[in-house]
Amino acid sequence: MTWETVIGLETHVELATKTKIFCSCTTAFGGAPNTHCCPVCMGMPGTLPVVNKKVVEFACKAGLALNCEITRYNKFDRKNYFYPDLPKAYQISQLYLPIARNGRVTIQTGERERDIRIHELHMEEDAGKLVHDPWVDQTKADYNRCGVPLIEIVTEPDFRTAEQVIAYLEKLKSTLEYLGVSDCKMQEGSLRCDVNLSVRPAGSTEFGTRTEMKNLNSFKAISRAIAYEARRQIELLEEGKRVIQETRRWDDNKDATFSMRSKENAQDYRYFPEPDIPPLELSEEYLDGLRKEQPEMAEERKERYQKEYSLPEYDAGQITAQKALVDFFEATVALGAPAKEAANWMLGEMMRRLKEEELEPKDMKLTPENLAALISMVEQGTINRNTAAKVFRAIFPDNADAQAYVKEHGLEQVSDPVLVEHAVEEAFAENADAVADFKAGNEKVLGFLVGQVMRRLKGKADPKTVNEAVRDRLTH
Amino acid sequence: MEKLTELTALELGAAIKKGEVSIEEATRAALEAVEQREGELNCFITRTGEQALERARALQAGVKETSSPLYGVPMAIKDNICTKGVKTSCASKILGDFKPPYEATAAERMERAGCVSLGKLNMDEFAMGSTTETSFYGPTHNPWDTGRVPGGSSGGAAAAVAGRECWYALGSDTGGSIRQPASYCGVTGIKPTYGTVSRYGLIAYASSLDQIGPLARSAADCAAVLDALMGKDPRDGTSLDVPAGGLLASLTGDVRGMKIGLPADCFGEGLDPEVRRAMLEAADVLKSRGAQLVEFDFPVMEYMVPTYYIIAAAEASSNLSRFDGVKYGWRAEGYEDLTDLYCKTRTQGFGAEVKRRILLGTFVLSSGYYDAYYKKALQAKGLIKAAFDDAFGRCDLMLTPVAPTTAPKLGESLSDPLQMYLSDIDTVSVNLAGLPGLSMPCGFDKGGMPIGAQLIGPALGEAAVLNAAHAFQMDTDWHKRSPYEKEVF
Repeated sequence: MTWETVIGLETHVELATKTKIFCSCTTAFGGAPNTHCCPVCMGMPGTLPVVNKKVVEFACKAGLALNCEITRYNKFDRKNYFYPDLPKAYQISQLYLPIARNGRVTIQTGERERDIRIHELHMEEDAGKLVHDPWVDQTKADYNRCGVPLIEIVTEPDFRTAEQVIAYLEKLKSTLEYLGVSDCKMQEGSLRCDVNLSVRPAGSTEFGTRTEMKNLNSFKAISRAIAYEARRQIELLEEGKRVIQETRRWDDNKDATFSMRSKENAQDYRYFPEPDIPPLELSEEYLDGLRKEQPEMAEERKERYQKEYSLPEYDAGQITAQKALVDFFEATVALGAPAKEAANWMLGEMMRRLKEEELEPKDMKLTPENLAALISMVEQGTINRNTAAKVFRAIFPDNADAQAYVKEHGLEQVSDPVLVEHAVEEAFAENADAVADFKAGNEKVLGFLVGQVMRRLKGKADPKTVNEAVRDRLTH
Repeated sequence: MEKLTELTALELGAAIKKGEVSIEEATRAALEAVEQREGELNCFITRTGEQALERARALQAGVKETSSPLYGVPMAIKDNICTKGVKTSCASKILGDFKPPYEATAAERMERAGCVSLGKLNMDEFAMGSTTETSFYGPTHNPWDTGRVPGGSSGGAAAAVAGRECWYALGSDTGGSIRQPASYCGVTGIKPTYGTVSRYGLIAYASSLDQIGPLARSAADCAAVLDALMGKDPRDGTSLDVPAGGLLASLTGDVRGMKIGLPADCFGEGLDPEVRRAMLEAADVLKSRGAQLVEFDFPVMEYMVPTYYIIAAAEASSNLSRFDGVKYGWRAEGYEDLTDLYCKTRTQGFGAEVKRRILLGTFVLSSGYYDAYYKKALQAKGLIKAAFDDAFGRCDLMLTPVAPTTAPKLGESLSDPLQMYLSDIDTVSVNLAGLPGLSMPCGFDKGGMPIGAQLIGPALGEAAVLNAAHAFQMDTDWHKRSPYEKEVF
C-alpha cells in the first residue's frame, strides 16, 4: 500500500518589539537571570497586564501579509496550568477570538505551486526558563523571557511532504523578516515549530490519528523528524497496530521521537476570557494604515530586481529570499556600486565566506559601505579583480576597512607605464628563448611572457596593460 | 480635644487646616483608640503606628489652604491592597509575610492627598466571605456588639471606622464587600463604577467585579476620598478614561424631582421586617426633600447569586493559582516533588472558604462544563445589565436593602455557606452590572444593630448617588451614631 503523509504546523514566532507584551521590560535576548523582569511580568499579586500596542500592530501586519482576515473585535483568554516557569499559573493567549484567521500562503517546491491555508494567528506571552542544577539538586527559575511577545501561526493540515514544510517555513521567515516584525532566529528560539503529522492510505479523504512533535530546533531537525515519524506511523499501521494520539518529543541526538504525554493525560487548560484586558477593537482606518505600510515582499522585489537591475532570475531570487541580503544589496547599490557587481560579490565571495564561517547574513560584520568601497577600487583600476577577491576574504571577518587594507599591504595596481616597461625589459632579457620562439611564429609563448612580467610586478598590474605592452614590444 | 475621634474625616481635615489640631495629635488619638480597642475588635492585621507618627510630623509642614480636604487625616487600608514594603497578606496564611515591592495606585493616590496610614486591615481571606471570620488572623468583631460579626469582606475596615480607630478606610468590593460591612457597622461606604478606581495593586479575587472604594463616617467623606482615588491609570487596562474629581464640590443635598426607584423584587420574601421598615422610612426622608418614589418589578433577582458565584469563583480559581509556594509567601515543608509542593502548600496555605471557591471555579471552567455554567453565567450577566438599563429608564437611582438582616452572631454563618451566599443577593447585582452602589446607615434594629440602605446609580452616576446620600444625611443622624458615644445622641 502507498501512504500519504498529512502535516499541519504550529509555529511560534517571537515579535521584535523592544518591550514585552504586557509591561515595559526589555525583550533583549539573554541577560543575567531575572534582570529583564518586573512585578508585572513576574505575575506578582495585584499587578495587571497592559497590552503593548506595538504587539497588536506587528500581529496585524503579519496577519495581513499572510492574507488573513483580521478579527476587528478580538480578545485575550487565559490558559491555566501550573508550572514554575509560568509565574501567574496562566498564560495570556487568544483562543475564542484570535486576532487573525483564514489566511493563505503560496509556496513553491520545484516547479509546483501550492496554497497552504492558515487556520489562525494569535498573540500570546512567552514563559520563563527553568534551569536544573544537578550538583545541588535545585531547579532555578529565570523569568527574563516571561511576557516576551509571541504570535502563534496555525496552518490547516495542507502539507504532504517535508519539502513543502520547509518551503513554507522559508517563506514565512522571509515574510516576517520583510515586515520587520521578527528576526526569526531559530537558534535563539525566536521561531519555533510544532509539527502535527498523520498518515493515511493514498487516495483516502479521512485523516489518520495524528501526533504532535515538539522540540524541533532547526529545519534539518524538522525534515528528519517528519521522515522518522511518518515511517514510524506507517510501520505501526502496516503491522496492524494503532497510532496513539499523543505529543512526542524529537531527540536530535538519537534521531527519533519519544512519547511525552498521551491525549488521555492532556491537560484541561480551562480557557476563559482574560478579565484584566478589555477586548481590542481595531478600526478599518487603523488596518488601512497598516496595509499602506506593508513593504514590498520577496516576489515583487525579485521581479523588480530583474527589470530594474537586469539581474538574472536566479540571482534576483537568491538575494530576495532573505531580507538581510536585500538590505545589504540595496545599501551597497545606493552607495554607487553597479547592481550587477554588488550581486556578483554577494552571491559569490560573500555566500562562500558565510558558509565557511557558518554565519547568517544578518550576523556578519561586513558592511555595505565596505563592499561598495571594494567594488569602487576595482572599477577605478586601483586593484584588479583577483586582488580584490583576496582583499575581500581578508576584511570579511571583522569588516576591516578595504581601502586601508589595500594601502597597508601595498596592493594598489601598478599603472605607471615606466615601471611596466621596465618589467617587460627585464622579462625579455631573461627569456630570450621565448622571445625568439614567438618571433619564429609560436604565439603561444605570449601568455608565458605576460606571466613573467606580472610576476615581476607582484601581480599588481592591470593584466590588460601588461598584455598590450608585451605584444607591443614583440611586434615592434 | 476629647471627641476628636468622633469627627468626620472632613471635619478633622478642616480642623487640621485651621491649625486647631496637629496631624500628630490626630494620629495619636487614633493610635490610642487602636491600642484601647484592638483587643476586642481585631481590626488590624498589621499596625504601622511608628511610621504613621513619622509621617504625621513630616506632613505637618505641608499644611496649606489648598491642600486636599483630607490632608493629614489618619486612615487605614484593607490588607488586599498592596503597600510597598508593608506586609500585605489578604488575611491568608499562604502569603506569609509578603511585602510587595510596589504600591497600589489607590494607596499611592491617597498618599498624594496627604493620608496618614495606620496600617493594614483585617478581612475575609482573599475577600471571600461575608463576615471577616475566614481571616487567618482571627475574626474582627462588630463594635456595636462584639458578639456579632462586622460583615465582610472589608470587616476590618468597617469596624475600624465604626470603632473610631480611624476616620476612613480603603476597602474593596467584589460582591458587596464594602457595602455590607458598612451596613452592619453603621458607616457609609461606596463601591464606585467598575473602572473608575485603578485596580493596580489590588490583589485580585474576581478581576471583572473587584473595585476599590472608601468606608467613612459620611457620604461627604466618601466623596472626598473618591475625588482623590478616581481617574484613569495607565497601569490598569480596565480603568476608564473619564473625568474624575469634583464629587465633594457637587454635593448640594438637592434631590428635588429625582426619581428614586424601589424595585419590588428587593423587598420580598426573606427580608427582615425591621430592615424593610427602615428602607421605607429612608425612602420617605428622600421624598420629604422633594424626591419622587417609583415602584417597579425587577424580575432578575433570582439569577443574581448563582451568576455571581459562578463568575467570581471562576476568576478566583485562576487568579489564586499563582499562590503556589514557588515564588513568594508561605511554602509547606516536607514536599517530595513539584506536585507535592503545590498540593501541600495550597492545601495547608488556603482556608476552607477559599478552597471551596477555587474548587467551584475550577469546576465551572472545566472542559464539558464551561458552556453549561460559565458561559450561561456570562449570558445571565448580560440579562442583569439589561434589566438595570431598563430600570434606569424609569428612575434616576434605586433604593434597596444592603442585606436582608442586620449583623449575625459570630460563628452563625460559616456553618451554612449557602445561606451566607444567599444573603449577598442585594449587593452582588451591582458588581455584575458594574454600577456604583452606596451603603448608608438608616436606623437600628431592636437589638441595637445598625441597618443600611443601598443607593444604586447608573454607570458613572457617583455624583447622584452621593448627593442623594448626602441629602439623606442632612436630615438624619444615623451616620453620626457612635458605639462609644451613645449617650450623646
